[in-house]
Amino acid sequence: MNSRLADIFSGSSGSRLVTYVTGGDPDETRSAEVLRALGRAGADVLEVGVPFSDPLADGPVIQRASERALRAGTSLQSVLDLIEQVRPDVEAGIVVFTYANPVLRLGVEAFTARAAAVGVDGVLVLDLPVEEAGPFRQQVVAAGLDQIFLLSPTTTNERLAAAAELGRGFLYGISRLGVTGARSEVGGGARQLVERIRRVSSLPVAVGFGVSHPDHVREIGQWADGVVVGSALVDVIAREADSGRLIPAVEEYIKWLRSGTDVKGAPSDHE
Amino acid sequence: MTMIETPPAGRRDPDERGYFGDYGGSFVPETLVAPVEELKRAYLDARGDAGFCAEFERLLQHYVGRPTPLYEARRWAQVLGGARIFLKREDLAHTGAHKINNALGQALLALRMGKRRVVAETGAGQHGVATATACALLGLTCEVYMGADDVARQAPNVVRMRLLGAKVTPVDSGSRTLKDAINEAMRDWVTNIEDTYYLLGSVLGPHPYPLMVREFQSVIGAEARTQIQTQAAGPPTVVVACVGGGSNALGIFDGFVDQEDVRLVGVEAGGDGLVAGRHAARFATGTVGVLQGTRSVILQDQHGNIEPTHSVSAGLDYAAVGPEHAWLRDLGRAEYTSVTDEEALSAFQQLAKLEGILPALESSHALAHIARIAPAMPADAVVLANLSGRGDKDVAILQAQGLGDDTTAEPVS
Repeated sequence: MNSRLADIFSGSSGSRLVTYVTGGDPDETRSAEVLRALGRAGADVLEVGVPFSDPLADGPVIQRASERALRAGTSLQSVLDLIEQVRPDVEAGIVVFTYANPVLRLGVEAFTARAAAVGVDGVLVLDLPVEEAGPFRQQVVAAGLDQIFLLSPTTTNERLAAAAELGRGFLYGISRLGVTGARSEVGGGARQLVERIRRVSSLPVAVGFGVSHPDHVREIGQWADGVVVGSALVDVIAREADSGRLIPAVEEYIKWLRSGTDVKGAPSDHE
Repeated sequence: MTMIETPPAGRRDPDERGYFGDYGGSFVPETLVAPVEELKRAYLDARGDAGFCAEFERLLQHYVGRPTPLYEARRWAQVLGGARIFLKREDLAHTGAHKINNALGQALLALRMGKRRVVAETGAGQHGVATATACALLGLTCEVYMGADDVARQAPNVVRMRLLGAKVTPVDSGSRTLKDAINEAMRDWVTNIEDTYYLLGSVLGPHPYPLMVREFQSVIGAEARTQIQTQAAGPPTVVVACVGGGSNALGIFDGFVDQEDVRLVGVEAGGDGLVAGRHAARFATGTVGVLQGTRSVILQDQHGNIEPTHSVSAGLDYAAVGPEHAWLRDLGRAEYTSVTDEEALSAFQQLAKLEGILPALESSHALAHIARIAPAMPADAVVLANLSGRGDKDVAILQAQGLGDDTTAEPVS
């Protein structure tokens, strides 16, 4: 079973940079440019969020991104169209990051078939813990996609093992309790979480929630396989959306963050 | 997912994963899985503990004022012609609605779990007031999230909560109403799980909330079953209750669900009529989906985003219905209908002027359905309604609707 995500995380050492943006934020055209810019700036995996009316796991920054994208007419289907549009220009892995309801509304089978067709590599459903993931995962696997599970400092060892069993591509460790959002420091529970995951799984582990500075990237990169930046990047998009320098600002931000990674050279890295 | 053909008599638990048939479950972000599991274990343990149950019953009796009366509305029945009408007077419970039953039960559970801080959501403010009350009584810190629009609409309840020592936090995101208050309360909970208990106000959310809230409200049905037997010498023909999330309805249905010849009718908010965005009648135009932790019937657009809702009654103004209601509907055990704002307001006036009772606008929806069905029923038929709350909180809304002016002082009939 070849998985682009697995390939991205294998090979040379050093941590990979995973970026989150909300698809369709601030609109479809600029969102496509942002995704291309992220690829150019060296992001290894692009998480593309599906805006939802009730993002209860998200802090204010991503809530507002969701609202902007919804106002611009974004839906799960248009996010998949957006990915289809940028896929030829982007070597990075692409993960759809969504709440369960838009997927259930479209239909799980229709979603996974379309996602696979447009070049999506993985799917992460925020409010679908392993206990509820059964039938959904079968369709994800059948379509050749990787299902990514979130793991939290509150996740028990038993459930870590279950996620390790069901997950593919990589596992996503949440650095601290709470909703998404940038912080000045990364939670101390993250490293212990990664150590606990290592005991039950050989899958790569990316760590996110709170990352906003090259120091975070450097620190997490010492013990995790990937670092996820979300809200801080979304905040750059919010600030620069109408400034006329959205794309350079996004590229500069990613390059600045990457100055925290001491080793590069992932297979997807085209620098 | 196995489908149980009929609800077994007695305790109707969902399956281990919290499913009532195809509905329910626990769709929560990963960080909440452990706290939800901790809550489930604590609740199942508490409900089997005689000491916990005795303390809950003591508070219901001496603090809430239970049992609440069952009152036969003879003047109203005479005007309508047809069936006898009995009202379960939850409006006479402490704080003015059935919400206090659940708030006390869960606040006791929070105490038992060693949580010192409680967060809650509220729409019209009744659940917020009940939670603030229970927290004051038990010495817990309380923060209530309330949509910014509701804070403006329901100012007196905001003051009540603050007087009771609670912090009221307006929620400015989304539609700035109940659903957004739930999102914000869950965001608080996921951030502060160590010391914080989330006191959800209806039969919604992830397992075990739909089960637990129904069981804390089942005292309504248990009392009503005994009372109606005494006063009407038999079971009711039909039991009617309004359904927002659906906790007052499940509370009273619970006393009769095993009596299969008793019809159970839930009444949803028809708002301005069944046009998208202008009502909250989930069973009329809703579809199956996942919202705020549970799989049930919800109002959503073609892309799976939650549709705005409207009702003159803030307590029914919500896009999802409790999962057990969806199951009872599928089983054919309960039936659901809706009434418009106008019909509810008309029923409100009838009860006020014929019986001297100001019902909550939520409860007025149940009454409006009675006004529809009672006239065609035989004189020996018995209609039982849950009068879930009192209408004092609604006077400003009623005034805005042009009621309560001198010009409306004509007799009704």
